[in-house]
Amino acid sequence: MTQLALVIDLNTCVGCSACVTSCKEWNTSGEAGPMTDMMPYGEDPHGTFFNRVQSFEVGTYPNTQMVHFPKSCLHCEEPPCVPVCPTGASYKREEDGIVLVDYDKCIGCKYCSWACPYGAREIDEKQKVMKKCTLCVDRIYDQTLPETERQPACVLACPADARIFGDVHDPDSEVSVLIREQGGYALMPEWGTKPANHYLPRRKIEMHIHADELERADNPLDKEDLKIDDKDITSVDGFGGW
Amino acid sequence: MHPAYSVIFLTTLIGVGQGLFLALFTGQIYSLARLVPQQDSTHFYAYGSALALGFLVLGLLASFFHLGRPERAWRSATKWRTSWLAREVIVLPLVMGLIALYGLAHWMGFTKPFFTISNVLPVDLTLLIGLAATGATFLLFICTGMIYASIRFIREWATPLTILNFTFMGGASGFVLATLFSLFKAPDLIKMFGYWAIILTFFALVLRLASLWRNARGTPKSTIQSAIGVRHPKIIQKSTGAMGGSFNTKEFNSGSTPKRIRQAKWSFILLVFVLPLILMAIALSWHSAPLLALSFLIQMAGLIIERWTFFADATHPQNLYYQSM
Ligand code: SF4
Ligand code: SF4
Repeated sequence: MTQLALVIDLNTCVGCSACVTSCKEWNTSGEAGPMTDMMPYGEDPHGTFFNRVQSFEVGTYPNTQMVHFPKSCLHCEEPPCVPVCPTGASYKREEDGIVLVDYDKCIGCKYCSWACPYGAREIDEKQKVMKKCTLCVDRIYDQTLPETERQPACVLACPADARIFGDVHDPDSEVSVLIREQGGYALMPEWGTKPANHYLPRRKIEMHIHADELERADNPLDKEDLKIDDKDITSVDGFGGW
Repeated sequence: MHPAYSVIFLTTLIGVGQGLFLALFTGQIYSLARLVPQQDSTHFYAYGSALALGFLVLGLLASFFHLGRPERAWRSATKWRTSWLAREVIVLPLVMGLIALYGLAHWMGFTKPFFTISNVLPVDLTLLIGLAATGATFLLFICTGMIYASIRFIREWATPLTILNFTFMGGASGFVLATLFSLFKAPDLIKMFGYWAIILTFFALVLRLASLWRNARGTPKSTIQSAIGVRHPKIIQKSTGAMGGSFNTKEFNSGSTPKRIRQAKWSFILLVFVLPLILMAIALSWHSAPLLALSFLIQMAGLIIERWTFFADATHPQNLYYQSM
């Protein structure tokens, strides 16, 4: 069984919201559209988005980090939003695990949004039906697109390569390897919803330099017992004395 | 959660309707057991059923305002296997239909017993329909309660107390209305309905206090740490990904202050339980219609505040992603 999903690398996400705008652009004019904006230039602009980037400050100054956190529907493997839907408008596809809403069946009762702990569903105020990320289901299978473009719009737009798309059930897929080897995790694991989307944590690259790496034991100059006074020699990298 | 008036009126109004029907049928059982004198079918049961039906219809009407696409409401019965909402959508018309039939059977005077069990219990059409309607009425309380209790993320709702509260508050308000109704239509039953109204209101109070007590304790399962997966005690949200708010900042927000919610709690304790209990006790000894009417109105007003608080007081884990604007 296939389970398509996104892996989002919080280590490289710069919070530019390119994924947000490209998602809106693609989907508002696509199958899921329109994604209505209410009063876009008014006092209280709001509208439908499938994906939003939020920012969290972690720690106390000066030990702080800004974590930019993109969030869209996680296409849970045990989606609590699906069984509660009274009309069957919300469903999970057998073939690829994408959770979708049938906009022609939805009655806009909002019950599914209550049942999603992640706040991933938003009602469209104009169409009065529930909307959410479709993983660009109308793109990823489109044979008229070049194969490299058969990916969600957000993935193609990300300048930092922080969004990776693939099948998390295939152990050898890029996403599975990333989850396995880079500490990929799920959000709110306590509810057993088994989100398909995973996040890669912030990782600090640290180099451990041991003394023997600085002082080469096999330095030929040592062997020949030659001493060079390198105090006066300036070079860009400080190794000019050798 | 955002308290939507459509759902507030739906749940309180159908509660009264269900409670009133249960009261009527209790009256029938009592008279079968010869604890109270036989009542007039048309005047008491048929009119009473019509009144109960009126409340259910009003509740149903209110529910349509909750839907974005009411014209598709018929679709909402399809997933009854998994969705408590779909189950309610089926059971509510069922209850309405059975109560209508019950009233009709009384209206037409179908009270000739089919047979008599052990020479003491005459079984007629109204008794059979009444039993079915009673079953359906309790089922409806369960469905309505489970719509909320089954959302395990909302800890204030995810408890059997939710179902008990809906049942007892609906029952209490129905019996208070039945007391008022019987003052005009069946004066012999006032005491019986009145005492039951007091008993139910009292138990409703105990159960509602229990749920308030429960909800004031315990900690939410999800934290900001588990929500974004960063292990650090100090995480402050700097942006929610929306300039002017969104569906998420409205639907899951009470739109009220903790202070107002606290005030609402005290108000409904007073209005739904304490005042009606006192007023009913006085009204019963005075046989006072205005006082009974007053108890009913006060309790209804209180129930609306109670249901408002039920929503406003519930916290959704998605709010962890929307902590600051
Ligand atoms: S993230 Fe929410 S909307 Fe998406 S599948 Fe999971 S529960 Fe459903
Ligand atoms: S809002 Fe639409 S998709 Fe969601 S539960 Fe209601 S009918 Fe189903």
